[in-house]
Amino acid sequence: MKANCWIAPNQVAVEEVPEPRILNPRDAVVRVTSSAICGSDLHLLDGFIPAMKRGDVLGHEFMGEIVELGQGVRDGLRVGDRVVVGFPIACGDCASCQRGLYSVCENSNPNAAMAELVMGHAPAGIFGYSHLMGGYAGGQAQYVRVPYADVGALKIEDDLADEQVLFLSDVLPTGYMAAELCDIKPGDVVAIWGAGPVGQFAAVSAYLLGAEQVIVIDRFPYRLRVARDRAGAETINYEETDVLDTLRELTAGRGPDACIDAVGMEGHHASAALHAYDRAKQAVKAETDRPHALREAILSCRNGGTISAIGAYGGFIDKFPMGSFMNRSLTMRSGQAHVQRYMRPLLERIRRGEIDPSFIITHTMRLEDAPHGYDIFKNKQDDCLKVVVKP
Amino acid sequence: MGVRSVTDNLGIERATDRGTEGLARFLGWVSLGLGVTALAGGPGVSRICGVDDSRTARTVLRAAGVRELGHAAALLVPRRAGLATWTRVAGDVADLAAAGQAWRNRRGDRRRRLTYTVAALAGITALDLYASVRATRNRRPGDAGHAYGAVTINRPAEEAYRFWHDFENLPRFMYHLQSVRSTGPRRTRWTAKAPARRAVEWEAEVVEDRTNQLIRWRSVDGSRVANCGTVRFTPAAGGRATEVRVELDVHLPGGRLGRLAAKAFGENPQQQICDDLRRFKQVIETGEITRSDGTPDGSSIQAQAKQRPARPLASRTA
Repeated sequence: MKANCWIAPNQVAVEEVPEPRILNPRDAVVRVTSSAICGSDLHLLDGFIPAMKRGDVLGHEFMGEIVELGQGVRDGLRVGDRVVVGFPIACGDCASCQRGLYSVCENSNPNAAMAELVMGHAPAGIFGYSHLMGGYAGGQAQYVRVPYADVGALKIEDDLADEQVLFLSDVLPTGYMAAELCDIKPGDVVAIWGAGPVGQFAAVSAYLLGAEQVIVIDRFPYRLRVARDRAGAETINYEETDVLDTLRELTAGRGPDACIDAVGMEGHHASAALHAYDRAKQAVKAETDRPHALREAILSCRNGGTISAIGAYGGFIDKFPMGSFMNRSLTMRSGQAHVQRYMRPLLERIRRGEIDPSFIITHTMRLEDAPHGYDIFKNKQDDCLKVVVKP
Repeated sequence: MGVRSVTDNLGIERATDRGTEGLARFLGWVSLGLGVTALAGGPGVSRICGVDDSRTARTVLRAAGVRELGHAAALLVPRRAGLATWTRVAGDVADLAAAGQAWRNRRGDRRRRLTYTVAALAGITALDLYASVRATRNRRPGDAGHAYGAVTINRPAEEAYRFWHDFENLPRFMYHLQSVRSTGPRRTRWTAKAPARRAVEWEAEVVEDRTNQLIRWRSVDGSRVANCGTVRFTPAAGGRATEVRVELDVHLPGGRLGRLAAKAFGENPQQQICDDLRRFKQVIETGEITRSDGTPDGSSIQAQAKQRPARPLASRTA
């Protein structure tokens, strides 16, 4: 079958690989009908996530049709069912899963010892997201093996289009969880760094959860336009105006009640010098992640407010403004999205027409063209916001 | 959460060779002192050593100072110094050669001072050699295989106890075992895999059995591979979860059988027991051993080092 594979930093290629089979009783094999490229895939492309190997199949946002099922799949899944699959692989039986913390499942990462070395304790396995996250083949392919299918695969029974439900696999629950972590009260102002798909969905979700005003910060006018037109947000282009000043101005001095970092490890800064500082440290591995958005979110937030760190980080950051964070009684909440917790309620919202996630799609292409998709998505060409690939 | 990987917190490994580790740390500080002295001490140092008459000798001395700082880093920075004392032995040999050369070329007072230098170097070399040999001996596997591991599982103690009490279940998650068969009340026959399709067998008996709390077993007298183990079950999280703690001791015989048995028990029993407990947790909680394309045979620290790419295997059946 064809699959989009990681070859080396800045290089992906569609290769011919063997078709997956059932390895365990609770596995399913899914024929992929739609798959998407995620912003966090760009961290893999850029080589900032460790433990990638040449030939790893990429992709953790996908949906399709079950073509094979193991003997032990518990839920009522059948061959032929149309399913969306959540990106964290979760067993459903461990203490973390039973608390609803699916992305820190204690059993789904066979390389947990490797992750423990870097992170202290291990997070769950993730499709196509490095060997630190288990070494699972991803879904930018014609077929994919889904372990613990009874927990990870959500059956779609309506006639909703792929485009409307595909993002239940990652970016919609991720954006929603980012807003939920803010513990929004009526009247709250929420600022969001990053107008990528997660930032857009975080903006939509913040309004759904009762925010009075949402402000989205980015540097690409076309992305800010989507945030204004589709998510109803105020926008700040940080290359044109000073973010802290503008946020103070918009909130009459107090700062946003909650700040969401939907940028993560490869942030940029309006000041070329500051950007160069972190880029240089990253290049010599003196820090792995560039936390421009996180720093600014902390400094901007009102006293006693909440930081929701949803953008992906891989390792270590420098110049964390701990003094501001501590002295001003801030709270920070974080996590890879516990997708399985949000899939059903969000599907319900899609069904009721409260959200139509398809508005972020700018490009649809064949699987064979996935490397081109990575290229335009990474370089923000052709107003690219989200690429869907069809095997 | 996860598997407690070991000894550091419980001090088991440290307890066995604390002396050696302490000596290595001491030598690390000596290296730091010597390095700083050689680099910052200036002409005084070369005078004491008896080589203040040569620019080359002063350069050699400074180089030795830099090298000493390297030894210090190797001995003091890692959590366990391990075999880093051997780097000092190598440095000592170089120092002795350089000092011997200088001694041959000098007469009078300088030669006398160089004699003291060589004597001091010889003393240090002896100490370094002692520390290194001791560290190497301690690392030799086999003579006393002791391993400990702990894991929290999301099941009540009764269930964990029952699963373990049926020893025939053990090979499901202990990969070094081929089979365990019940041969009578409290008696079991264990078969461990060994290289080249060989097997090592022994008979074991349960010597203590406290329902839902503890099982202790040991190989019966006359077994070729003497070993014993204990597993304890402690309720956690209000009884919903259980802390499982396992201790294993293996006494390996000498000779070929010993080597075979060592292979069967794994090169690193400590690592192996952590892998075993991770898989135990997976089996008892989820009913299966987690497999990925990169790690198709399930959790194993050794397999992690040799990852396959994360793409489907060419052929594999359920």
